[in-house]
Amino acid sequence: MAKVLMDGNSVIGEAAIRAGCQCYFGYPITPQNELTEYMANHLSRKKGCAFIQAESELAAINMVFGASLAGVRVMTSSSSPGMSLKQEGISYLASCELPSVIVNMSRGGPGLGTISASQSDYFQATRGGGHGDYRTIVLAPSSGQELADLTHRAFDLADKYRIPVLILGDGILGQMMEPVEFKHEAPAELPVRSNALRGAKGRASRIVRTCTSNTSDMEELNWSLYRRYQLIKEEEITCETFLVEDAEMIVVSFGIAARIARGAIKNARANGLKVGLLQPVTLWPFPSAKVEELANRAKYFLVFEMNMGQMIEDVQLALNGKGETFFYGRPGGVIPTPSEVFRVISRHYYQKGLS
Amino acid sequence: MTKVYSRPKLLKKKIFHYCAGCGHSIIHRLLAEVIEEMNLQERIVGINSAGCSVFAYDYLDIDMAEAAHGRGMAVATGLKRASPETIVFTYQGDGDLAAIGTAETVHTANRGERITTIFVNNAVYGMTGGQMAPTTLLAQLTTTTPYGRDARLEGHPIRVSEMLALLGGVVYIERTAVDSPTNIRKTKKSIRKAFQVQIDGLGFSMVEILAPCPINWKMEPLEAWQWIGKEMTKVFPLGVIKDITGQKDAD
Ligand SMILES: Cc1ncc(C[n+]2csc(CCOP(=O)(O)OP(=O)(O)O)c2C)c(N)n1
Ligand code: SF4
Repeated sequence: MAKVLMDGNSVIGEAAIRAGCQCYFGYPITPQNELTEYMANHLSRKKGCAFIQAESELAAINMVFGASLAGVRVMTSSSSPGMSLKQEGISYLASCELPSVIVNMSRGGPGLGTISASQSDYFQATRGGGHGDYRTIVLAPSSGQELADLTHRAFDLADKYRIPVLILGDGILGQMMEPVEFKHEAPAELPVRSNALRGAKGRASRIVRTCTSNTSDMEELNWSLYRRYQLIKEEEITCETFLVEDAEMIVVSFGIAARIARGAIKNARANGLKVGLLQPVTLWPFPSAKVEELANRAKYFLVFEMNMGQMIEDVQLALNGKGETFFYGRPGGVIPTPSEVFRVISRHYYQKGLS
Repeated sequence: MTKVYSRPKLLKKKIFHYCAGCGHSIIHRLLAEVIEEMNLQERIVGINSAGCSVFAYDYLDIDMAEAAHGRGMAVATGLKRASPETIVFTYQGDGDLAAIGTAETVHTANRGERITTIFVNNAVYGMTGGQMAPTTLLAQLTTTTPYGRDARLEGHPIRVSEMLALLGGVVYIERTAVDSPTNIRKTKKSIRKAFQVQIDGLGFSMVEILAPCPINWKMEPLEAWQWIGKEMTKVFPLGVIKDITGQKDAD
C-alpha cells in the first residue's frame, strides 16, 4: 500500500481498525482527541462495531472490560490524568486476563499539568499503576510508522497472552503528521474469542471473577499470572539499536526521546565520538539482557528521558553495577533538541576521557 | 398430587452464604425462575457488583462476570454493544449503584442502553458491615450514622428510580419489595417485564427491589421484613415509576 500522510493519533485508529478492533470507548483529553474522533468517524456507524464517548475514563475502561468479556478486539485511549483514572480498570482487566489495548498519549504532569509531550508516566505504565501484583505489556513507538506497526502488534500480543497491552506515546507522536504505510488489510471478520461470555449455549456456564475469599485460589491466580509474565519476558522483548557495534557510550532512550537522541548521535558520530543508541521498544518487559550485553563493550550509559529519571532505574538494575550511568532529562513538557542532547553527550564523553 | 413449586434448574444446589432473612437469596431465586421461564439461559450474561452479592455466580448457573465496585453498568454497556444479541443484566446494591457508581448509572440509563438492572435497595452497605448508604433513611442508625442520619449533615436518601425516570433512555422502572408473598410475586413479574423490554430492544430497564438486611439493621428477620412496609416504603413508594412500553405486562 502507498504511504499516506496522517497525524499519529489517527494512525493508531486506522491501524487498530485494520487489526480488527471492533469497539472503542474513550473520553476526550488533549493531546489524543484525534484518535477518539477517528474512531467516532469510522466505528460509530459501522455494522458489528461500537463507539461510545463515555462519561469518564473510569466508565470507558470498564466498557473495555465488558467488550473484552464478549470476546472482541477493543481499545481505549487517554492521556496522563485520564490514565490515572483507568488504573482501576486495568488492574481488573489484568486480574481477569482480558485482552485489551490501552493507549496513553502522555503529557506533562503531575496533576492536570500541561498538554505538551512528556514521558513522566513511565513508572505508572511499567509498574502496574493500579493495585495488585500484575504487569501489562508496554510498547513505546517513536514514529508514525512505529505507531502503525506497534498498534497492530499490541492487539496480537493482547490476544496471545490474554493481557492488557499499553501503548505509551506522547503528545508529539500523537499530533505529528508523518507518511505511514499500513501493512495490513482490515480482516473481513474476526472470530469471537473462544472464552467469550455471551451466554452458555451448548456448554457449561462460565464465570469471570476476581473476588475470592480463598487465599490459595488467590495465590494460584498470582502464580499463573507470574508464569505468563515470565513467558512474555522470554518471547517478546524488543529493542532497536543504532551504531552500537563500536560504541563506547550508549544513549538509552525510548519513544520520541529516542528519535531526538538519534539526531544527537549522528551529530556525535560526525564529530568522531563513538556513541550508539539503545531504544527499548517493549518498556515492559525491559530489554535488560541487551543492556547487559552492550555493557561488555561500552562502559558508559547516558539515559535520556523526558522526565526526571524513571527508566534509568531499569537500566541500572540491568547493569547491576557493571557500567556507569548518567542521566539527562527535562520534565514539564519542554522538548529537548538534538543539539542540546549532543552537548550533554560530548560533556560526559570528554569528562570520562573517551576522546 | 400435582407439583406446584420446585427448585429452579438454574439455581445451583449450594447453600447461600447470605444471612438468615436476607433479601438477596429470594431475589436470586426469582432471577433463576424468570431466566428459565423466558428460556434465556443460553444467551444471558449477568454482571454482579461488589457487595454481599459479589458471589452471585456461585448460585446462578449462567454466564456471569464481576465488575469493579460501581462499574457494573459500564461493563454491561461494553458487553452489550460488542454483542447486541446477548441479554445482559447487572445486579447491584445501593452502595454500588447509587454511590460509587452514580455516574455510570445515570449515563447508562440516559443512553438507553439495552440492559436490565436489578437494583437491590437495602438502605445500607451490607458487605462492609452496615455503613450508611445513599438510600439510608433519615434518622436510621448505621455504623457511620451512629446518631441517626441527619439531612443537614449526611444529606437525604436518594430516590434513584425517580431520578432515573427523568432520563430519555429509560423505558421501564418499577419499585417492588420482597417483604411478603404478594410482593415477591410482583417482583418476579417486574423482573420478567424488565427483561422483555431488553429483548424488544426498547431501552434501559430497571427493577428496584426493597430488601431486608436484618443483620445490619440489627433486627430479627421478621421485624426487618415488617420494617420495609412500615418505614422504607414511606420514602420509597412501591409501584411503577416509569413505563413507556405501552404494554401492561410482559405476559
Ligand atoms: C473501590 C472500592 N471501594 C470500596 C470497596 C468496599 N466495598 C465492598 S462492598 C461495598 C458496599 C456494598 O454495599 P451495597 O452495594 O449496598 O451492597 P450490599 O452489600 O448491601 O448488598 C463496599 C464499600 C470496594 N470493593 N471497592
Ligand atoms: S449483611 Fe445484609 S445484605 Fe449482606 S448477606 Fe447479610 S443480610 Fe444480606
